[in-house]
Amino acid sequence: MSESLDVNRTAKLFIGGKFPRSESARSFEVHDQEGNFLANASLASRKDGRDAVVAARSAFSAWSSATAYNRGQVMYRVAEIMQGRRDQFIAEVSAWSSIEEATIEVDAAINRWVWYAGWTDKLSMVTGSNNPVAEPFFNFSIPEPTGVVAGFALSDSPLLGLVEMIAAAIVSGNTVVVVASDRTPLPAVSLAEVIATSDVPGGVVNILTGYAKEIAPWLASHMDVNGIDLSGIGDSELAVELERSSAQNLKRVLRPNTHLDGLSRVKMWLETKTVWHPRGY
Amino acid sequence: MTFEYADAPESTSVVTVKSNYRHFINGEFSAGTAGEFATINPATEEHLAHVAQGSTQDVDRAVSAAREAFTKWSAMSGSERGKYLFRIARIIQERSRELAVLETLNNGKPIRETRDVDIPLVAAHFFHYAGWADKLEYAGMGPNPAPLGVAGQVIPWNFPLLMLSWKIAPALAAGNTVVLKPAETTPLTALLFAEICQQADLPPGVVNIVTGDGSTGKALIEHSGIDKVAFTGSTEVGRQIAQAVAGTHKKVTLELGGKAANIVFDDAPVDQAIEGVVNGIFFNQGHVCCAGSRLLVQESMYDNFMELLYARVNTLRLGNPLDKNTDIGAINSAAQLAKIKELSIAGDEDGATRWTATCELPAKGFWFAPTIFTEVSQSHRIAREEIFGPVLSVMTFRTPDEAIEKANNSPFGLSAGIWTEKGSRILQVASSLRAGVVWANTFNKFDPTSPFGGYKESGYGREGGRHGLEPYLKVGA
Repeated sequence: MSESLDVNRTAKLFIGGKFPRSESARSFEVHDQEGNFLANASLASRKDGRDAVVAARSAFSAWSSATAYNRGQVMYRVAEIMQGRRDQFIAEVSAWSSIEEATIEVDAAINRWVWYAGWTDKLSMVTGSNNPVAEPFFNFSIPEPTGVVAGFALSDSPLLGLVEMIAAAIVSGNTVVVVASDRTPLPAVSLAEVIATSDVPGGVVNILTGYAKEIAPWLASHMDVNGIDLSGIGDSELAVELERSSAQNLKRVLRPNTHLDGLSRVKMWLETKTVWHPRGY
Repeated sequence: MTFEYADAPESTSVVTVKSNYRHFINGEFSAGTAGEFATINPATEEHLAHVAQGSTQDVDRAVSAAREAFTKWSAMSGSERGKYLFRIARIIQERSRELAVLETLNNGKPIRETRDVDIPLVAAHFFHYAGWADKLEYAGMGPNPAPLGVAGQVIPWNFPLLMLSWKIAPALAAGNTVVLKPAETTPLTALLFAEICQQADLPPGVVNIVTGDGSTGKALIEHSGIDKVAFTGSTEVGRQIAQAVAGTHKKVTLELGGKAANIVFDDAPVDQAIEGVVNGIFFNQGHVCCAGSRLLVQESMYDNFMELLYARVNTLRLGNPLDKNTDIGAINSAAQLAKIKELSIAGDEDGATRWTATCELPAKGFWFAPTIFTEVSQSHRIAREEIFGPVLSVMTFRTPDEAIEKANNSPFGLSAGIWTEKGSRILQVASSLRAGVVWANTFNKFDPTSPFGGYKESGYGREGGRHGLEPYLKVGA
């Protein structure tokens, strides 16, 4: 019986719907929990971070003005494609956990996409209002996306944490730049491949692999990033420094150790717009 | 035709200005530990009173009082808390003229505004949030809504009592207790409000007011005993606050600067638009964070519109703020006047054309005549920076897309205006503007039920309505 040598995947970045290597041409080794070599992942630089912000900003206008129905369809499609690659995700996640734990995480991640996909056309109903002002105006408040959101994944939840971070932001029309965990980046690379084949417009989700402590300061001080999710930053000194830099353009900040899920997390990246529309003949 | 107006001054006999004002801590007025400063009437530069300068110890004492009061206040039933707020709303209505006159004396804004806008809105705000106190679980914030604790609140001088109401009413309704620092130049109505809290029998420590300058505000915001920071003021100070709270558990809302675009399309109801543009920038001497300070006029109607605008602005009456016919009052302080002058000179130097209303300025006090700059380009400082004075920068556009692009070309995103008779255009343009409040065929309207707050560098969080409760609640506890 003849053996065929495995064709190993090159783990690349995901920026603007494309899969570039780091412009710095650097990579870093990824190992499983026993220390076995798994792959060389691209090591994103600050320039890659900036390129990803440019891609996210370019995608914002179309994604935020897409209909809620359309965004819901696209996000549900991500769940569908992930389901088809379920075994691959379980194998990848289990490099750092048992098969049982990996299975639970992957199924939960797929279900998260389904849950968020159903939110797109309900956010306005649940978080909006019409306001009975004491003058002849129809006054209403609606949620709108904040803009470009940057985030850093938790290392102990290589897939589910990342999905939560991405989906909670893009559900309302934000676009994101996320940095995968440097310990467990391979499921993030596969997630990028799923997103690339799920009708998500290029640039809506950008996924970098590398070291948060290297890239995060540049994203925190970036004047075209509107929100920053620090929930995955374990180093509390780094987190304070990032929150301080985020003040430069008054980014909305999700602090570490604030365990928000579901709608509270979605609301982190929402603005409320109030419109006074005249009444009269 | 020129109208002559007889003087119509509002009497100041309704209010007694004391010679000294002290902090309001734990239900009582008490002296501070850091001396005092003088507060004046900016329209005359006359001395009004001495006010306590809040020290770190004073702030500490106020925060402790608020902390102690929190246990009972947060445990009180929502309906009882609400009744206190209703009482406060009623006393504000009963003492409205007194509050209006004192506000005008200390701030310099026309009595017509304090009487018809500020004070009625203050009462309405308390009335609105009073009704929320026993309905928090219906506010849609999540299960088991609970107060945060002690709120540290710092407010500006442009709408002294109105900003106090925006801060205190939702905080108390949600079950928090507060320490509030009014602006350095306008502390008096906040201290009269403290008397109203006493008349309402509000439990001691629920509302504490510490007066002082920026250092007092800083001490409050950095105090480790507060759980919530609410600030209205400049973007620069907002940034410092966002940095100061980094790494803490403090929840923050910031209502900061703006550079609102007021967009006039060629199918606008012209007379109404002229009134709205004037109100947008000259209301409250332009001391309004959401002021319509960038006018965008569609090119096809520019000449006609500007002619009407100049004519209308020339009829504005500037002068004694206590006169009921006055439209434009005094600039709030010498420092603010200097800033307005500096930015106006920058407008000249950048190449814009200055037009100034033909009105006489009083000899004493701080005054700046309504001013309009044309031939302004987007890179000019007067098109980018908040002037916070009666200065309008005018630009033009040809298409709706160009108007939207220009309107959004700003680090701020607080408010915007749209003038057109076409309803579909209002909704389409409104949805494209990156601003927290969009007024169509009106401007500078406020209502307690209507959420207010900005996008981008205009801050975060909302005040007013159901949304205004959220900054003062935690859920799922």
